[in-house]
Amino acid sequence: MSITGKPRVEHPGQRRNAVGLSRRAYEGGMSTLCAGCGHDSVTAAIVQACFELSLPPQSVAKLSGIGCSSKTTAYFVSGAHGFNGVHGRMPAIAAGASAANRTLKYIGVSGDGDSLSIGLGQLGHAIRRNMDMLYMLENNGVYGLTKGQFSASADIGSKSKKGERNDHPPIDPVLLALSLGATFVARSFSGDKEQLVPLIKAGLMHEGFALIDVLSPCVTFNDHEGSTKSYAYVREHQQVPIATDFVEARREITVSYAEGETVSVELHDGSRVVLRKLDRDYDPTDRALALAYVQERSARNEHVTGLIYLGEGRKDFHARHQTPDEPLNSLPFERLCPGKAALGGIIARYR
Amino acid sequence: MPELNPSPSGVNDFVIKFANVNGTGSASANSLIMKSIFRMGVPVVGKNFFPSNIQGLPTWYEIRVTGEGWIARSGRVDLMVAMNAETYARDIAEVSPGGYLLFDSSWPRPALLTRADVTVLGVPLSQLCSEHFEGARARILMKNIMYAGVLAALLGLDLEVMRGLLGETYAKKPALVEANMKAIGIGYDYAQAHVSCPLPVRVERLDRTRGHFMMDGNTAAALGCVYAGATVGAWYPITPSTSLMDAFRAFCSKLRVDPETGRHNYLVIQAEDELAAIGAVIGASWNGARAFTPTSGPGISLMNEFIGLAYYAEIPAVLFDVQRVGPSTGMPTRTQQCDLLSCAYASHGDTRHVLLFPADPEECFNMAVQAFDLAERLQTPVFVLLDLDIGMNDWMVPDLEWDDAWRPDRGKVLSADMLQKIERFHRYVDVDGDGIAWRTIPGVGEKGAYFTRGSGHNQFGAYTEDSAEYQQVMERLSRKFRTAAGLVPKPVIADAGGTRNAIVSLGSCDGAVREALSLLARTGVRLDYMRVRGFPFGDEVEAFLAAHDTIFVVEQNRDAQLRSLLTLETAVEKRKLRPILHYSGFPVSSDFIVAGVNAALARGEAA
Repeated sequence: MSITGKPRVEHPGQRRNAVGLSRRAYEGGMSTLCAGCGHDSVTAAIVQACFELSLPPQSVAKLSGIGCSSKTTAYFVSGAHGFNGVHGRMPAIAAGASAANRTLKYIGVSGDGDSLSIGLGQLGHAIRRNMDMLYMLENNGVYGLTKGQFSASADIGSKSKKGERNDHPPIDPVLLALSLGATFVARSFSGDKEQLVPLIKAGLMHEGFALIDVLSPCVTFNDHEGSTKSYAYVREHQQVPIATDFVEARREITVSYAEGETVSVELHDGSRVVLRKLDRDYDPTDRALALAYVQERSARNEHVTGLIYLGEGRKDFHARHQTPDEPLNSLPFERLCPGKAALGGIIARYR
Repeated sequence: MPELNPSPSGVNDFVIKFANVNGTGSASANSLIMKSIFRMGVPVVGKNFFPSNIQGLPTWYEIRVTGEGWIARSGRVDLMVAMNAETYARDIAEVSPGGYLLFDSSWPRPALLTRADVTVLGVPLSQLCSEHFEGARARILMKNIMYAGVLAALLGLDLEVMRGLLGETYAKKPALVEANMKAIGIGYDYAQAHVSCPLPVRVERLDRTRGHFMMDGNTAAALGCVYAGATVGAWYPITPSTSLMDAFRAFCSKLRVDPETGRHNYLVIQAEDELAAIGAVIGASWNGARAFTPTSGPGISLMNEFIGLAYYAEIPAVLFDVQRVGPSTGMPTRTQQCDLLSCAYASHGDTRHVLLFPADPEECFNMAVQAFDLAERLQTPVFVLLDLDIGMNDWMVPDLEWDDAWRPDRGKVLSADMLQKIERFHRYVDVDGDGIAWRTIPGVGEKGAYFTRGSGHNQFGAYTEDSAEYQQVMERLSRKFRTAAGLVPKPVIADAGGTRNAIVSLGSCDGAVREALSLLARTGVRLDYMRVRGFPFGDEVEAFLAAHDTIFVVEQNRDAQLRSLLTLETAVEKRKLRPILHYSGFPVSSDFIVAGVNAALARGEAA
């Protein structure tokens, strides 16, 4: 049986964005994930963010590896090209794709198995390269498609569905990204759309690598008592030091913020990320502080969410490689081939 | 082994071998000598036998001077330049009877440098260097350049040609030209005063290198990538393919930097491993750029999963496999043709891939260009199988040709305009009946959007677990592979006339095979010859195999991989194919092939 796309139903009264599209235009095929899966909420948040940013669907490219999370690239923005590659290697495809065409918006979707075990090296190098992409890590602490093994993000003491206790220390993608110099590091929760949508928008508009580690509970294998990545546990143990608002370039800031409690960071296209401090001692532009803050709370099995670190200014992949503004895949052949006349000069040096 | 080559006449027909310690600058001296002979109009073959090491281990360089223009090793050594005391014993043993050995006589001549049929020449190079140069490093470097001066006297090399070459090398440092010429002069004068110069083995000016240049295959392949319009390269450094990407970057830094903006019209990703390198190539090709990766056998092993994805999802990719000795890490600085099978069937599941077999740097250039066209026309990975011998040794190459009217074949890509004219786009429908479906490049528009996947998919690109839908796509991929057989380069066939016996070979064996055929013909053994240049094999290959009764398959690996591929992929009877296998790690020589054929004839294996 082949999976068919879901019919796009348009209503006359639907709200349309700046490119004249309704939210439905950003949806994709029917999800085949379990009912209640956190990943479907993340998909919905991506749809909402792309709609609100008025991205032309063909300006987006969706990339993923293998696993439950990686299937979701088929469930949003059906008007965009998608690529479901091999396990743990989405960042390599992203690097090549971005090299060929820097003008597309790359959304990579991965999971904790895909990113923190088989693909840990690739994730690290994507950060190091500062690829211009949004990297969504849908993190549930468990292998779903192979039925419930612990993943590398499972917390010490977390229990499996069968009651087994995890004793390995977790690999935390947020700590990893912070220590590797990532310029946009966030954690969120699939059940917190209010927080997630602005983060996705900010991540998409950030120039360089943007990681959002989304705690996204697995309803089938990791939503039980004793799990630290269940809906109930995450809701109870979420620590939010910073609230993030995303203000598009063409909008005025209409909300008034109290003096000293907000930091406004302008992105390259003129849009702004407004960070409201909920914890007075927190500073999302201080990498060392962010690291210490997350580490301290992780030790207490608490999940820090929100935009944990934002630092502009580090050269992205294309700036480092000095590529032209136009995509390499559209340069005319005449600008690429030196021609017959030059060939004589080249081989003359080898006589 | 008996001497199969007739004794060299001496003039413009001999082999010099240099035994050095690596990391001492000997490569520059040896290259200077070879280039000088080349510029005197005499064809040369240079082979570098080097260790997988930076400094301190034995290394050899062999120059065959061949007025007749042969391009392989002959198997002889007429003059051994023995500069490494550690290898004296094996070096003198290797000299052909009647040959010469030059050593540094600053110290007493060791007893082991004695052979009744070899003339041993001593020049006190270290002593002369100590007398004329200051500093330990300068003395080591100058000792090498000084033996170039000795050889100039012994072989009759033109000192002005040498000065010219040094002038080009050190254009910005004229003082170095003078220092080098001083060392050359000292060596030259000493040899003139102490040895009867020139020797019977010597160089006399000819005019047989006009219209040629000296280049290694990796550089030529890189130049082909530039000319083909490749914009994205991704790689992980691995011997012996590294110089391919080094050359690509060097060419691009001159030819692909916008003179006004300084922006780079290319992007090279040095990946974290070969898995990432091929992943980036696939991502770039999927996104409409011409992209490639150079690698070697261990890299191919690592790339297997992604290669299968590119095959099944039908994404172009160009891979250069500069083969080295396997299995495993093997001998990284030695040559072999040992990845034929691992490339032909790379990855799990039913996969078959397009292979190209260049024989020399000229074909590396041309096939690099062709590889991109084939990869995009066929929407599949294409492997260009070089080896270390072609890739890293300097070959005498006829001037490359380029047609300014040539334009790349980007294959079946639907543009935005074309999409407007069709009702619906389906990624994997065989609308033309050649097994090749139309594709779209991301960004072209919503109508062209599709989902690329390595999981089971039907002809519309949708996920499937339906047997009939799965098989329909797999059968089309088979049809596409049959289409490929008509598109890869045809074999090169040399007809000796009226014989049912033949040699089949590929790649860098070509020079040795052609010389062997000539040597065999002198003894009355006539053989037809087919050099295959691409896989899948086409009709010409089938016809040639069918037309011969005994076919010697000459290749450089232990397990007769070309022979296996022929028996698997053509109708040939296996018993007709007689392997002649050379897998020492050094390039095959003509007399090895002659010996192999003669031994088979002696056993009565051919009519």
